[in-house]
Parts: sequence; structure tokens; C-alpha cells
Amino acid sequence: MRNIQTVAANTFREAVRDRVLYNLVFFALLMMGAAILVGQISIGIEEDVIVSLGLSAISVIGIFIAMFLGVALVSREMDKRTLYALLAKPVKRWEFLLGKFFGLVMTLTVNTAAMATGLYMALWTVKHPLLKSDAFILAAVYLILLKLALIVALALLFSCFTTPFLAILFTAGIYVAGLFAADLRIIHGVGLDPGTLRLMRAISYLLPNFQNFNVMGAVVHGRGVPAAIIWHATLYAIVYIAIVLTGAAVVFSRRNLK
Amino acid sequence: MPVDDARQVLKNNCMPQGAIEIENLSKEYPYGFLHLKKRKSLEDLTMRVEAGEVFGFLGPNGAGKSTTIKLLMRLIFPTAGTARILGKSIDDVSMHGSIGYLPEQPYFYEYLTAHEVLDYFAKFHGLTANDRKARVQAMLKKVGLDTAKKIQLRKYSKGMLQRVGLAQAILHDPQVVVLDEPMSGLDPLGRREVRDIILELKRDGRTVLFSTHVLSDAEMLCDRVGVIVGGKLRGIGAPGELVDMKAQGMEILFELSGAAGNLPLLEKATRTGERYRVQLPEAELYAALDALKAANARILSVTQIKPTLEEYFMHLVETDRAQVSAVEVSGK
Repeated sequence: MRNIQTVAANTFREAVRDRVLYNLVFFALLMMGAAILVGQISIGIEEDVIVSLGLSAISVIGIFIAMFLGVALVSREMDKRTLYALLAKPVKRWEFLLGKFFGLVMTLTVNTAAMATGLYMALWTVKHPLLKSDAFILAAVYLILLKLALIVALALLFSCFTTPFLAILFTAGIYVAGLFAADLRIIHGVGLDPGTLRLMRAISYLLPNFQNFNVMGAVVHGRGVPAAIIWHATLYAIVYIAIVLTGAAVVFSRRNLK
Repeated sequence: MPVDDARQVLKNNCMPQGAIEIENLSKEYPYGFLHLKKRKSLEDLTMRVEAGEVFGFLGPNGAGKSTTIKLLMRLIFPTAGTARILGKSIDDVSMHGSIGYLPEQPYFYEYLTAHEVLDYFAKFHGLTANDRKARVQAMLKKVGLDTAKKIQLRKYSKGMLQRVGLAQAILHDPQVVVLDEPMSGLDPLGRREVRDIILELKRDGRTVLFSTHVLSDAEMLCDRVGVIVGGKLRGIGAPGELVDMKAQGMEILFELSGAAGNLPLLEKATRTGERYRVQLPEAELYAALDALKAANARILSVTQIKPTLEEYFMHLVETDRAQVSAVEVSGK
């Protein structure tokens, strides 16, 4: 456990020193601009626009960081051979992987929390005081964070056995396919034979269902997010991430370094 | 000692435990379309490094030195064979607590300072915060980086990174130290400091295995050396044993001023200014000295001509190349 913590803390330090958190400046400018403009161009729906724009930005920026840094977590260490000295210490390979995973998730948590704060500040400028229902924005942000953790796990898995470029492609491909996983289950009567339908249904259950983490519509329109959805998404993310990281650990445990 | 004899000795279970024991270790890399072809990087390596000795692993570039070391450190996995360090299988990662490793051309997190990177590595050895602080400071001083400890590694030269690498390898006072090309990238002063550190480790009873292609370093430091060429161990033993210490002749260095007359020795001599150097069989030495004395020559030195480790090494490399060429010509 101590080894995982040490690697995770260093991964977070790396992200901070490599100025990954500078994306927050972009987010802050976006939110400030939106807060100023939205009052002039949208009457009565300022809050919806701010929340929608803010959550989308948190998600998109997070996905970019999770995908690109997730792939770089292991591949950069192998390319630059910084891994050699580390693996010669009493550190198991799976401990290194988990440390890297939690380090990036920690970075994304800080980043997402800072962006959520920015979103609330922008919201406060167009509508104050804030309402109790605005707390549901936090639920949406939490689910985005779960989604990002799952993307990091996938990126880590792919980077353990292929090139960084392909790993990004695979991760992005799985993400896009995962957005439509639920749709694959409900396709009926489009002229497909039963075998194909069964195959599509099987694939839909194998793919990570990223729609489980999307409650933006409900939050933007001021509807609540039931606790059951949050619990279900949390459990789903934990199980899926555990399976993906186990796969990554198995692959990486026998990987020959250059 | 010939390699086959070494293998027999290793199989004898009555032998006390060596610090590093390697048995029939081989590594093949797949290549080509679908990875169907195999390239042998290391073939059936069997050797043993005794506790407390400094062992030099010699070989030209691409001979299999780094492959062997990476196999020992579990950075790559063998196609066949086994190895043990301090009696434990190399698959046992806990054993890494007793091993120090300097990778070839080490590279560390460039966003960290030397102090931070050493502190980071020290954490994996379970040292307390106070112990870490003391050890890190001592190591920085030992490798001469005390004044540069707060500079990020991205601003370090190759030689400075090599020093950081050495410091992290011996930070936790390991029993066995494995150094892959430790002199690489260092200036003469740095090389001397590394030599001193290796000798200090030996004095403290540590086992040191280091790879190098700088033969003078090996001759100076090693109790024994192993020579690897083309992925195969070609010789193992003390440097003196390997090169056969019997003198191959004598060399006389002398000065001759004025007319040398018709001194027959001068026909074989090489002249540099007023100085002459001549090599001759040991049996002819005293007759030659008498002749030089008669010619009023000033004798500067008389030395034995011994084969060097370098000559032995070059002989092995050339033999290997000749064999490879023969195989290519015959189309096998």
C-alpha cells in the first residue's frame, strides 16, 4: 500500500510540475466569458446555459487529460526508461500500475473540483442566491469523475501492450462505442437476424456503458438525480475499473521492457 | 577457467551459496512478420559471482551484457534458465531490497531535483523520514552532487545523471550492487570517484557486478571477470588467469648518444628522439644488455611483455566475428 501511495503522490507531483493544471485557466476564461455573454443573449435560461456549458467543459477537458495522460502514464516511463530504476526497488509491477492510476485520478479529482468551483462561481454571478437544487450539479460532476477514472483505466490497459498512438485510438474508440452501448441492447426489428442481434447484445454488455455516468440533462433542467443512479454508477465503475486494471496488471507483469 | 568447467562447479551442491548464481539463462527476441523468427540475445549463460567479490562483465556493444543484467533485475524475462541472487529466485521482488541497480544511461524524472528523486526511491525501502534525510544527504555528498541537489534533473549533464544513478543504487546499503556501464559519460575525475566507490563497496563486504567495455577499469577493479561475446560467455576467471601471466618477452628502453657504431640491436629497435625501444626473447636479454653497456648506452628500463586483458578480449571478439563470417559465407 505504501508503494502505491508513493507512486501515486509522485504521479500527481509530475502532473502539477508539467503544468497539466494550466487547463484550469482555459476553463476559468470560458466560464467568465459565458457568465458575461449569457446574460445578454439568453433571457430566462442563463442558468441552464451556464450549467450545460460548464458540465460539458468539465467532461471534455477531463476526457482529454484522462486519455492522453492515461496512455502516457506507462508508455512515457518505458520510453524514457525512468521505470528501470524504480522496478529494481522492492516494488511489484501491479503496485506501480495502481500507483500511476490513482495518481492520475487524484490529479483529475483536483482538476474537476477546481472546475466545479469555477462553475458554481459563474452560476452565482448570473443567479444569486444559489438554490438547493443546484447541489445536483455536484452529483453530475461526481459521475463525470467516475467516467474519467474508467477512461484512465482503459488507457492504462491499452498502453501496456501497444504503442501510445494506438492506445489513444483504442481508448477513444471504446469511449465512443461505450456511449452507444445502451442503444445496442434495444435495437429491434431493423432487419437483423437473431444471431447478429444476440452478438450485438453481448458486445453491448462487454463495452463500458458511459451513459451510466451522464445525468447532465436532468441536472440542467433542475430535475434531481436519484441516489440509486449514483450508487449504481459508482458500483459499475468500481467493478469495471477493477476488471480493466486486473487485465492491465496481468499484461504488464510479463512485459519485456526495451 | 573454461566455461564448461565453471558450469560443473556450479552444479555441485556442496558449494557455498554465491551472491549471484545464473544457470542456463537464455533470451530470444522474436522479430519479423508475426514474430515468427527468433534472434538470440543470450545463449545458455551459466556463471556465478561470489559474495564479496567485484566481478566485471566484459563484452563489446551488443554482446549481451545489458540483457543479462536486465534479466537479473527482472526488467525482461528469460526464454529459458534461472538465476538467483542471495539465494532467492529473481522472481522474488522482495529480494530487491538487498540489491542496488544502476541502469545503463540512467534517466530519471526530470521534474524532480536530485534530492527529491533520491528521497522518492528511498521511500520504497521503508526508511523513516529521518533516515531518508540522512541517507540522501550522505549519498549526495558521496557522489559530489551536494551543491546541485536543488536543481531539477532536466538541467543535469549526462555525467551528473550518472552520479544520481549511482547514488540511488547504493542509497539503501545493498548487499549486491549491479552497475550497468557505471563509467559511461563520466569525465576522468568522475571515473576515479566511481572506482573509489566500487572499492569502498568491496571493503565493506558488498558484492559488485558491473558491466563495462573499458578493460583498464576491469583490470584495475575486478577480482574476476566474465567475457561475453555474441551472447555467449567465452571466458571467466581472474584477469591474470585469463590472459596467461607468462611473459612473452622483454622490452628494453635505452638512450644512446653519439656514434652507435654497428650495434646489431639497433636494427630491431624503434627510435623516438634519443630513445630506443627494443623487444626480444628473454633468453637474449643478458647478451643484449652487455652489448648496450659496451656501446655506452644508458638503460632506462627493462620490462616483461605480458598480454593484456585487452588483447585477450580482442582475440575473443575477432574469433567470434570470424565464426559469424564463416557461417554467413557457408549460408547456414
